[in-house]
Amino acid sequence: MIDHNNMLSETLKDIKPSGIRKFFDLLADMGDVTALTVGQPDFVTPWHIREAAITSLERGQTYYTSNSGLPELRTEVSRYMKRRFDLDFDPSEVLITVGGSEAIDVAIRSLVNPGDEVIIPMPSFVCYEPIVRMAGATPVIINTKAENGFKLTPDELSSAITERTKLLVLPYPNNPTGAILEREELEALADVLRDRSIAVLSDEIYAELTFGKHHVSIANVEGMAERTVIASGFSKAYAMTGWRLGYLCGPKAWIAQMTKLHQYAIMCAPTASQFAAVEALKNGDGDIAEMCAEYNRRRVFIHEGLNKIGIPTLMPEGAFYIYPYIGGLGLSSEEFCERLLREEKCAIVPGTAFGECGEGYARISYAYSVKHIAEALEKIERFVNKLK
Amino acid sequence: MEKLLELLEKDATLTPSELSLMLEKEEGDIKAMIRQLEKEGVILGYQAVIDWDKTDKETVTALIEVKVMPQRDDGFDKIAEKIQNYPEIKCLYLMSGGFDFTVLIEGKTMKEVAYFVARKLAPIEFVTATATHFVLKTYKYNGVIYSMPKKDPREVSCI
Repeated sequence: MIDHNNMLSETLKDIKPSGIRKFFDLLADMGDVTALTVGQPDFVTPWHIREAAITSLERGQTYYTSNSGLPELRTEVSRYMKRRFDLDFDPSEVLITVGGSEAIDVAIRSLVNPGDEVIIPMPSFVCYEPIVRMAGATPVIINTKAENGFKLTPDELSSAITERTKLLVLPYPNNPTGAILEREELEALADVLRDRSIAVLSDEIYAELTFGKHHVSIANVEGMAERTVIASGFSKAYAMTGWRLGYLCGPKAWIAQMTKLHQYAIMCAPTASQFAAVEALKNGDGDIAEMCAEYNRRRVFIHEGLNKIGIPTLMPEGAFYIYPYIGGLGLSSEEFCERLLREEKCAIVPGTAFGECGEGYARISYAYSVKHIAEALEKIERFVNKLK
Repeated sequence: MEKLLELLEKDATLTPSELSLMLEKEEGDIKAMIRQLEKEGVILGYQAVIDWDKTDKETVTALIEVKVMPQRDDGFDKIAEKIQNYPEIKCLYLMSGGFDFTVLIEGKTMKEVAYFVARKLAPIEFVTATATHFVLKTYKYNGVIYSMPKKDPREVSCI
């Protein structure tokens, strides 16, 4: 008998499966749940964007594009970065990827050597650590603190840096906390990084979803663009999750090497999605504004609702998540979420899904209608009252 | 104000307390604004969008083009006032183009609608011609697409 397990990569086998798989298995088995779990917009991709993809199919544009993406799309990304965030990237400094996820994967694998250290602030999206490990590098986790609004501080960054530090992942606006970094905070981090040979991977997939304050990239800070690669995409800004389309923007020499890796791993991003994305960038600013206004209303609504129930919750400033503290009710995060699911049929994600530092917290997505959120809040309130 | 109206137009069941949170205003102010808008006749009513085809109730809807002879001084308004009072008539628009009014009418059967046109609508003074078109299927009404999936298709365990 062949031992399949024995034949797998040791590095891969050593990567821990998600600690809350049990919770998700339970969730998947239960029907008719008021869920606030998903990490994707509830909007359908705007029709004019869908239509652009359909038109491309009607025209028979079903070929591969160039490895780095349609020249027209890279030009539009370059214009978009200038228009929306005042960032200067030549089209040759743009690589079109299969979602923000591939962008992150390609960037990390292109930048690190085995044995390098990669600093990852947590809680944050779940993919950085496994990708770093697969590249043979060592993740160095910084657990950001509630009293700092889950923002990475210069002191935390300084004390995590060693001789072997190669890369800093900057996941803001943050999933799951909703924290953002403002210009002065980015400048303070830049002061720590500027004289060192450390690259920055700035995951800005939620850049369009900030509320009241305009998103600032670390690449906007003096001297940082030359050492920063931005990973972003169309999923959150234009409600295009299923299209799997993202991009990297960074120094030309990096993008050239990243294109090589992308070429061998992926070939090119889906062509119909790329045509849709051209339309999104050309004529989609209004869609962003509309969706953002709607998220903002829900954000205010759910923040007020949770605090009224007596669950202390910071006002998120970006993305579409809110990160309440549920630790004061005598249950672990996972127990809280599992019992809420079993007893009230309401689903939220235990904070521990985003790292051990998520203990005591839960992630609630507000990519749902206000009516749906109101229903979930009622259930949470009933459950919390039972615990008190 | 405009935001409030837009929200209510989309979902009239939003409560003043929900609206107050969404618009970051006091609940009392929202209530007062709604009362004022109702008083001024800006908000004229609150209705549900119903797909009657999913129920046992038999209904047919027809769109009728109506040509009339406009009256001196009163133009079309006097005639419109006569037409609009029939409870069978759901919508009434004054149109530009080849005819004057569009009437949207609902009845139990095609016969009932045809009788209404022949016996009530066509004989109205100054109505010169009518053309009745029956609605076969409703795809979208008031911004609501009838065939939209009601279940959230997103994978709940996809974080």
